[in-house]
Amino acid sequence: MIRTALTALLSHWRRHPMQLAMLLLGLALATALWSGVQAINAEARAAYDRAATILGQDRLDRLEPASGTSLTTADFAALRQAGWPVSPVLEGRTVTGLRVLGVEPLTLPRDAATAGLPGLSSDRLTDFLRGRIALVAAETLARPEVAAALEGVAATAAPDLPPMTILADIGLAERLLDRPGEISAFLIDPSRPLPGPVPIGLTLQAPAADDGLARLTGSFHLNLTAFGVLAFAVGLFIVHAAIGLAFEQRRGVMRTLRALGVPAWTLAALVMAELLALALIAGLIGVGLGYALAAALLPDVAATLGGLYGAAVPGTLELRPGWTLAGLAMAAGGTLAAGAQGIWQLMRLPPLASAAPQAWAAATATTRRWQALAGLALLLATVLALVAGTGLWTGFAVLAGLLLGAALILPAALAAGLAAVAKRAKGVLAQWFWADARHQIPGLSLALMALLLALAANVGVGTMVASFRATFTGWLDQRLASELYLTAGSPAEAAALRAWITPRVDAVLPIVFAEVPLSGQPGEVFGVADHATYRDHWPLLSALPDVWDLLARGEAALINEQLARRAGLDLGMILDLPGGPLPVAGVYSDYGNPAPQVMLGFDTFTRRFPDVEVTRFALRLPSADAESFATRIRQEFALPDTALIDQAGIKAFSLKVFERTFAVTGALNVLTLGVAATAILTSLLTLADRRLPQLAPVWAMGLTRRRLALLDLARTLVLALGTAVLALPLGLALAWVLLAVVNVEAFGWRLPMKAFPGDWLKLAVTALVAALGAGLIPALRLMRRQPAELMRVFANER
Amino acid sequence: MNGKAALLCLLLGTPALPQGFADMGASADGFALPNRETVLAFPADHAAHPEFRIEWWYLTANLQGSDGVEYGLQWTLFRTALAPGESDGWRSMQLWMGHAAVTTPDAHFVGERLARGGIGQAGVNVGEGAPFRAWIDDWAMQSKAAPGADVLSAMTLTAAGPDFGYEVQVQAAGPLVLQGDRGFSVKSETGQASHYYSQPFYDLTGRLDLPGGPVNVTGHAWLDREWSSQPLAADQTGWDWFSLSFDSGEKLMGFRLRDADTGFTSGTWIGADGTATLLEPGALQADPLDLARVAGRDVPVSWRLTLPERGLDVTVGALNPDAWMDTSIPYWEGPVRITGSHDGRGYLEMTGY
Repeated sequence: MIRTALTALLSHWRRHPMQLAMLLLGLALATALWSGVQAINAEARAAYDRAATILGQDRLDRLEPASGTSLTTADFAALRQAGWPVSPVLEGRTVTGLRVLGVEPLTLPRDAATAGLPGLSSDRLTDFLRGRIALVAAETLARPEVAAALEGVAATAAPDLPPMTILADIGLAERLLDRPGEISAFLIDPSRPLPGPVPIGLTLQAPAADDGLARLTGSFHLNLTAFGVLAFAVGLFIVHAAIGLAFEQRRGVMRTLRALGVPAWTLAALVMAELLALALIAGLIGVGLGYALAAALLPDVAATLGGLYGAAVPGTLELRPGWTLAGLAMAAGGTLAAGAQGIWQLMRLPPLASAAPQAWAAATATTRRWQALAGLALLLATVLALVAGTGLWTGFAVLAGLLLGAALILPAALAAGLAAVAKRAKGVLAQWFWADARHQIPGLSLALMALLLALAANVGVGTMVASFRATFTGWLDQRLASELYLTAGSPAEAAALRAWITPRVDAVLPIVFAEVPLSGQPGEVFGVADHATYRDHWPLLSALPDVWDLLARGEAALINEQLARRAGLDLGMILDLPGGPLPVAGVYSDYGNPAPQVMLGFDTFTRRFPDVEVTRFALRLPSADAESFATRIRQEFALPDTALIDQAGIKAFSLKVFERTFAVTGALNVLTLGVAATAILTSLLTLADRRLPQLAPVWAMGLTRRRLALLDLARTLVLALGTAVLALPLGLALAWVLLAVVNVEAFGWRLPMKAFPGDWLKLAVTALVAALGAGLIPALRLMRRQPAELMRVFANER
Repeated sequence: MNGKAALLCLLLGTPALPQGFADMGASADGFALPNRETVLAFPADHAAHPEFRIEWWYLTANLQGSDGVEYGLQWTLFRTALAPGESDGWRSMQLWMGHAAVTTPDAHFVGERLARGGIGQAGVNVGEGAPFRAWIDDWAMQSKAAPGADVLSAMTLTAAGPDFGYEVQVQAAGPLVLQGDRGFSVKSETGQASHYYSQPFYDLTGRLDLPGGPVNVTGHAWLDREWSSQPLAADQTGWDWFSLSFDSGEKLMGFRLRDADTGFTSGTWIGADGTATLLEPGALQADPLDLARVAGRDVPVSWRLTLPERGLDVTVGALNPDAWMDTSIPYWEGPVRITGSHDGRGYLEMTGY
């Protein structure tokens, strides 16, 4: 009996392969977007974890130097002789951006022993100790930067190291970094007691669960996750529509089966099993698609994370059980949630009841009103949260509230709009058209909500990206005012270069910097020469009138926006710095840099940091000569490519990082929109049969099927356009929240919002294209309906 | 095995390796070789000899506690070089290892420290205005000698491990003793050798910090100083080393270097006044009596030693058979009791088991 019942149930799909395809597609797409995003996040987090655990930072206490000071081997010997179980670590970046970690294997605590160190055979360890080999992540072993940095040293693959990181003996590390005798921090061996209080000049750092990268990049991943959830929600609309349709169309079969004696619960179990099987198939396809999506996007994500945060994420994807299973579970859960209503009705179906179809998602005018009220309340709460709350999560809560509130209001708003138009409609056909459009809203409301969300996300993210881009390019022009930027390999080379270059260019501006903790975070202090290059171009957000004179005289400092926001500093306020506090004379924008930064006059800087040697210069010369001059310096001094960077090169690189960042967002945007269009299509297909009784009389009155189909398509377009009109303000609100709330919380900078009306037009067209794509097939089907089918409406007892 | 242990096994060898304990069977490429003509000069030779491959400052003591318990004590600083010579900073090719132990009849406490040369974490200072000091981390062997006296004649030694520590003072009651031929100690038939001298006449007072609380101790200590570049022949796998103090005031340093054949034995008979007599190879007979299962190996913790020319026929037995040094390079080192023709106390070191 069960087999017969199952065959009867499943025969539906054989007769409606399109519906089956739609269901599978919707579910697979939703799962793909969700699991793709999760896969990217999982890969990135794994990379951060590797970076964080590489020296046991997540388990070991550290002794770090007080602000503005550095540690030496003499400090190390003194601490060891005083009984401190410490092991020195030297960390830094090469000029080519490779992270170098220097460790001392003999004192390295067992908990810190890492990546390849335990796996090396004993003769390799001797070589390690002697600086003859260094460990590099396998995937970056072949990178030219690595080869250049490790000339004469054998690079050995170490599977556990993060990409673009060299783990070396501290003796080799100080050579690679050109920091002889320096130590960044001490790791403390947890197996031995500490001999006394922490010595003056050092601070004890508790183990950090991450090395800041996870926190820093958290907003980026939150962003992706939000996209994934949004995509999944939109995908569920499709699934809900397809399943609702299947239930609707099988009411007759089910009634018959019940009448033949199949118990309700057996039927329910069969339907449930069917749904789960479908979910599993679609889920597997979705996870596969998600993997492909993630693999395609990951190189861009990795480049973004590297460019924005210096986080090294491998460009290759691993299939991790975490997100694979989560994807399947989401698919199954989503399917059951979408089918719950149907199963519930099925259980309560009286076997002898009429098989009259009911609207599967009938929303009456009353429920619509309540929905709208709830939506308004949500929007109000959102505004309150915006006023009262702080933090990144508030930003995201505001985003969610905005989207959900607007979605709830959408049916009522559309109905009101259509009612208003209908009042002015002249002629019977026009009145019928508008009234019928309004009548369709309940059935289409979920799909239209999906469209609203997708469109709003498009506007919001698009506006944010465009605003960011406009600001960013302008800022780059200001910030990179010099034509060439030169980094010498050593102070001696720097002096030689300077002597040779000075008579040949308009100006040589030395740039010096020191890494210093600022407001409790690792930051940088720069020293810059007093020159028109800065006076005319530097991107100051706010400044005292005589800011550059104050800076040149060493009476004030400039700070970046991130530091100003984090430390709550404003003009005239006092900033604590190594060598004494200084008032803040100006705040400048510093996009793409998450760290706090301070700018001092060159002379003040050299007084405060006498050990810092001048090895970097900005060169001013006519921009037309920059390229040929760069070639001349390279020939004259045999400089490596990385030592001399021209302004155009930096700009191109910065813009590339930028474009990649948002390429990911763009791709997800398009996919979300595609999912929304699919939702409309499914809903329309669902509605098509139900609408026959309404269309048949109109046809009988003389409207051709072709005309009816065109009107149907027009109706879909009108609804989509109405949704787009509502999506515009929602999208702009979204953009504002992203720029003024989320960005500030996540990155520490606020961007001016710019309007791009051209994009709005594009939005309307996009909505229409999506609706057209979705409405075309149902319209064509309507056009090809057999007159007999339409006739039957009148004969049918339904 | 973690990286550190693997590293040291390479540097100092491992008993499992055929080329012998502590890698001392390896060739002496670039390193200075011991020379019979070298005349040891003090205090200069108390310092490190970085042009040689390996070296140690090795003190052992037999002690009596105020609690009536018999104790053994060890303070050792090893130096090993990856390449001859010393340079500043991390480029130094010198590696240092400290071992400290306290042995009771039923417990054995061990501590270990590792360090690089060139940066001041470990080393040996002699002269230049500063008193003699051999140190690694916070462990030290610090001279307290009066001006004019040998810097090793009075010292304070400190060390600590995870569950023990000590601070003891030693005072020499006799002269330095040159081992072998005026400090040139032959280690094999094929001529492997080391420079080797001792101070076996220390009286000791001090305090042990043990899990049960501090214990005041008195007793006698023996310092060995030895450096070489290749003291073992390629086929030698380890050694059994005896430093014995008899109740008569006489002392015996004897060793057996093991190989596939009968091995190589030699030693020095030290009179109560410090007069040293070199023993001919083979004159000293050392035969294992009882094997004990220690750290998964069979180790002879009881020996019969005979030296007919001195009428010596004694049984040497471990105070605690479990005196296993579970360090980067594991070995057995502990106090022994001597009974038979001569009675006394001493120390036994056994490597390569």
